[in-house]
Amino acid sequence: MPRALSDALLAAVLTAVLLTPIFGLHIRVDGVNVSLNRTPMPVIVAVVVVFLLRLFQQPLQRLWAKLRAPASWRENALTAALGRTVQQPRYRLALWLLLLAAALIWPFTASRGAVDVMTLALIYVMLGLGLNIVVGFAGLLVLGYAAFYAVGAYTYAYLAQQYGLSFWWGLPLAGGLAALTGFLLGLPVLRLRGDYLAIVTLGFGEITRLLLNNLNSLTGGPDGIGNIPRPTLFGLEFNRVASEGGTAFHEFFGLDYSGNHGVIFMYLLGLALVLATLFVINRLLRMPLGRAWEALREDETACRSLGLNPTVIKLSALTLSAAFAGFAGAFFAARQGYINPESFTFIESAMVLAIVVLGGMGSQLGVMLAAVAITVLPELAREFNEYRMLAFGLVMVLMMMWRPQGLIPASRPPQKLPEPAEATQ
Amino acid sequence: MSGFSFLEFLQQIINGLTLGSIYALIAIGYTMVYGIIGMINFAHGEIYMIGAYVGLMVITGLGLFGVHSITAILLVTLVISILVTGSYGWTVERLAYRPLRGSPRLVPLISAIGVSIFLQNYVQIGQGARDVSMQPVLTGGWRFGPEGGFQVYVSYMQVLIAVITVAFMGGLTLFIGRSRMGRACRACSEDRGMANLLGIDTNRVIALTFVLGAALAAVAGVLVSMYYGLVNPFIGFIAGLKAFTAAVLGGIGSIPGAMLGGVVLGLAESFASAYLQTEYKDVVAFALLILVLLVRPTGLLGRPDVEKV
Repeated sequence: MPRALSDALLAAVLTAVLLTPIFGLHIRVDGVNVSLNRTPMPVIVAVVVVFLLRLFQQPLQRLWAKLRAPASWRENALTAALGRTVQQPRYRLALWLLLLAAALIWPFTASRGAVDVMTLALIYVMLGLGLNIVVGFAGLLVLGYAAFYAVGAYTYAYLAQQYGLSFWWGLPLAGGLAALTGFLLGLPVLRLRGDYLAIVTLGFGEITRLLLNNLNSLTGGPDGIGNIPRPTLFGLEFNRVASEGGTAFHEFFGLDYSGNHGVIFMYLLGLALVLATLFVINRLLRMPLGRAWEALREDETACRSLGLNPTVIKLSALTLSAAFAGFAGAFFAARQGYINPESFTFIESAMVLAIVVLGGMGSQLGVMLAAVAITVLPELAREFNEYRMLAFGLVMVLMMMWRPQGLIPASRPPQKLPEPAEATQ
Repeated sequence: MSGFSFLEFLQQIINGLTLGSIYALIAIGYTMVYGIIGMINFAHGEIYMIGAYVGLMVITGLGLFGVHSITAILLVTLVISILVTGSYGWTVERLAYRPLRGSPRLVPLISAIGVSIFLQNYVQIGQGARDVSMQPVLTGGWRFGPEGGFQVYVSYMQVLIAVITVAFMGGLTLFIGRSRMGRACRACSEDRGMANLLGIDTNRVIALTFVLGAALAAVAGVLVSMYYGLVNPFIGFIAGLKAFTAAVLGGIGSIPGAMLGGVVLGLAESFASAYLQTEYKDVVAFALLILVLLVRPTGLLGRPDVEKV
């Protein structure tokens, strides 16, 4: 036991050193007087826990292994069976249709607040799917995704405010401008190794945020832009009183005015955008371009030797990904009616990245579920808000250790060559 | 601003060198880790932030005990913060990065981002999100220049920052260049697999790299908390980003490069805030990064890296 004891002592001392300055001491400022408060309790508890865990590490591990063995076998069999079922095209289609039907019917039965939260979740689904193109398929890390999102949101907001452009004109313009930004940013950087893209996009995210805060005439500075018009349904507005020369939705259909109409419309619009995103990405994935993304992720050198131009392929992934962020941004601006730079910080980029990582890089179903989970869970547990980001960081690390492929790993049904008929003769 | 004044220019150089020293100290941590395991240690900025907090605490504590000798304060503060951040560096490597060694490049990078978010919020929960400030320990300085006109001001603190930075850089250079462990470090950054075959405990070398980087970040943190007298849990993010920029500027993987990159970045920022607008100094820093990547992707002192299969 002496080895275990010395290890445990070392771990305990290390814990004390690590935790004392953060939780054991607290700087208090009272005017000019600065004092140190001592709160030793949490540190002592942590040190004792670490000491005991480390001391009995081996017996605990043995116990854990004994408890775990049968359960994990069942779990694996279950997930494997589920995976096989999901992979069959027939069931796959049925599953998607079922999900879609549920998503369509649900808002008419749910409360207004819930529909609103889900609309936000749909924005994150869109962002997650968009970022998944670069991170999941092309294997490039982008850490400033919120910048493209911001470009989209501000484009629509600015055009709507200055030129009275409607959402349906603003949406493609926002996506286009975001795509152009992505293209211009990627042009110099993508010739280099992947790591640099992470840092340059991170820097770009910061620059964008700084510019949004400081270019007052264009972006309204820290106050942002307000009074952004909501989208209309073929010219029908969702206001109680229609604007000059317009028609309101409830007047046109002879319904009583209800705030729910607008909320449900936004939800359905978000759903439509998500479906469009999914459709486009899935078609692209079957095209040579999409195949090239994944090939590039697997092996850049091999790709190059097969005559593919890595720079062009990476650039296409980044541009498309930025475009979807732009669409999501325009939709976000329309939903909020008000935007400011606070919505486009690094935390936002990190959230979207976490969605992609948690869901499983390259797995669209996983990304969608993760996006919904990450938006809805904090709403359910508001009292733990302080610990949300803490848990976030921890989960990112733990996922990388135990399940780097994500909750629902991307799977691709194996393609087999048809049996050659004459070969057997 | 009317006309060009040489003295103002000189002042910006002095301010830039001070800032650059801090960036250089942090940048070394990035460049060493990248040189050995090819990973961007995203959490390095948070380690620096923790160093700054510890520095502030120790200085405050010493003040309560009635210690006022600047040498004593400096020594004790540096030793304690280096101890704490070194422990953080070691623990983070052991828990969050070592288990991921050998996985695809993206995996440890994402883990590092997770660690960064975790540490930032962990300090925020422990210490609160607000700014914590203290009285400056070392005040005063020298003034040069004509009476009544613009005078160049060099504070004692700026001199202290420069002296300490040079001392630690010199120490590091000697350690890497002369000691047995330093030779092992260089061997690992040349070829980790080969170094391992030749009997170098590469895990120990990697752990040492993290501890050294964290120690230098602590020095930077202590100096910053003495210079500005202000810390909050968010200072690590932007400082880390800048320091990484400095490391890339100088050529990532090269220790002299990180020093040079830090100084260049500090000067650029100082000039930007003097001759452009203060708000745009960060924009200039990142624009410089993109420019360098465009013109000279290996950085100022970096070696071209050959992609191997």
